[in-house]
Amino acid sequence: METSTIVNPAKLDIERVRKDFPILQTSVYGHPLVYMDNAATTQKPWAVLKAMEEYYTDINSNVHRGVHYLSQRATDAYEGGRGKVAEFIHAKHAHEIIFTRGTTEGINLIASSFGKKFIKEGDSILITAMEHHSNIVPWQMLCEERKAILKVIPINEDGELILDELDALLNGVKLLSMNWISNALGTVNPVEKIIAAAHRQGIPVLLDAAQAVQHMDVDVQALDVDFLAFSSHKIYGPTGIGILYGKEEWLNQLPPYQGGGEMIKTVTFERTTYNDLPYKFEAGTPDMAGAVGLGAALDYFQGLGIHAVQDAEKELMEYATEAMQSVEGLRFIGKARNRAGVLSFLVGDIHPFDMGEILDQQGIAVRTGHHCAQPVMDRYCIPGTVRASLSFYNTAAEVDRLVTGIRKAVSLLG
Amino acid sequence: MTIKEEQDEIIADFEFFGGWEDKYEYIIQMGKELPPLDEKYKIEENLIRGCQSRVWLHADPKDGKLVFTADSDAVITKGLVSMVIRVLSDHTPKEIAEAEIYFIDAIGLRDHLSPTRSNGLLSMLKQIKLYALAFQAKSLQP
Repeated sequence: METSTIVNPAKLDIERVRKDFPILQTSVYGHPLVYMDNAATTQKPWAVLKAMEEYYTDINSNVHRGVHYLSQRATDAYEGGRGKVAEFIHAKHAHEIIFTRGTTEGINLIASSFGKKFIKEGDSILITAMEHHSNIVPWQMLCEERKAILKVIPINEDGELILDELDALLNGVKLLSMNWISNALGTVNPVEKIIAAAHRQGIPVLLDAAQAVQHMDVDVQALDVDFLAFSSHKIYGPTGIGILYGKEEWLNQLPPYQGGGEMIKTVTFERTTYNDLPYKFEAGTPDMAGAVGLGAALDYFQGLGIHAVQDAEKELMEYATEAMQSVEGLRFIGKARNRAGVLSFLVGDIHPFDMGEILDQQGIAVRTGHHCAQPVMDRYCIPGTVRASLSFYNTAAEVDRLVTGIRKAVSLLG
Repeated sequence: MTIKEEQDEIIADFEFFGGWEDKYEYIIQMGKELPPLDEKYKIEENLIRGCQSRVWLHADPKDGKLVFTADSDAVITKGLVSMVIRVLSDHTPKEIAEAEIYFIDAIGLRDHLSPTRSNGLLSMLKQIKLYALAFQAKSLQP
């Protein structure tokens, strides 16, 4: 009998895995590319590229309601993608999976639809001090429109949430929206505990899982999270498509986000009745090829073994943290005990832009700046950071090149 | 020296450099040598906002010419700023307004003028041209 509880004991063969990603074989300014900007976007394996090519070559047709053969195949492919996502995040039903353009659209959808239905003057929304602008601005817009209040869970010097006052902060809150892992600091937030605290006061929670899906075990039922959003391109899938998960009982209560085709049942000039989940929230022709690509990405990712991926990334993060600490004057921004994916740092008083530029000249791709999290930078009184973000396909040899690159930058700039 | 001669001299300097390190060493040196902008000019009105690094630019009319002083919080940007100042400062508004800036491209730093770099250099060049046009218009007034 097959059982799904067997943990894949195989260790990831990184050199073999790297061959699955064509872009990792390229050179930049004559150096083999070291790609450490994975928190911004991840690279795509052949499996995804081929699935999308095959979709356009053999299957492409508009989905749903088509009487013809191709339309049926396209619908199967598109809905197959939805099924894979549902399985991947352990949703109870496939219709709890809404295809969006990305995390940002998922958050905006909830801000708009939840806002319309539930937010009144004087209500409050709670976020944290380490949110990406995508999880700040939609709420500010909603609060402005509804004369509601935006409250913020503070962070400490290490980049961890201060939760002592959480119960008091939750008082009067209608929705808590927060990231699982911070894109600027790499902090893994104790979301299970926070969701439970919110639920004790009857408050639903939206998780921004943009930086978490590729590093964590995602089980929306175990988390008991009410909404969860992520982007395909951060988990080795194509750009332009993302996921909003919502518990059926919540999604059924929310009004549609956009109007158009697909989301309706009947339309007359007097009245329109809306379609069932998930179509109520998917106005217009959806990104069929994107759904197929995302499905292929999840297949690929699960094929590697999620725990093998996590082990490889944990080992690499530990190696990188230690290796980088050996550089004199280097300090990490965000020293949470539980970090994943992201190493944000500064060296002495070297401007992050200067460091990024010298690393780039050595073929090392990192991100510099405020990482769309200006309040986090203000918290530490810095203009930005240099952020190296790792994936399972990065190697210890690449980390060594990063460290050598940083030393070179220090000698040029210092 | 004319604006063109200054640019050609910079291009000639860069031809001696073997690799990227020499080039950057030179730019960084230029950045470090640029006298810091007087704090009183480091004000909001003089700030050119790039997403990545910030540039402050101050213009002073002097004997019918425009003298620019500038600063940046990133030293590479500051080095580039310093070269732009060397080329364009101390010329008449007309010369500045009409000048074609080609040296950045010629020394292989065209990327730095791309809006996606958001290092403030492109906005700085635009601002210098705007100053020149404004002073030119002012001097033409009866």
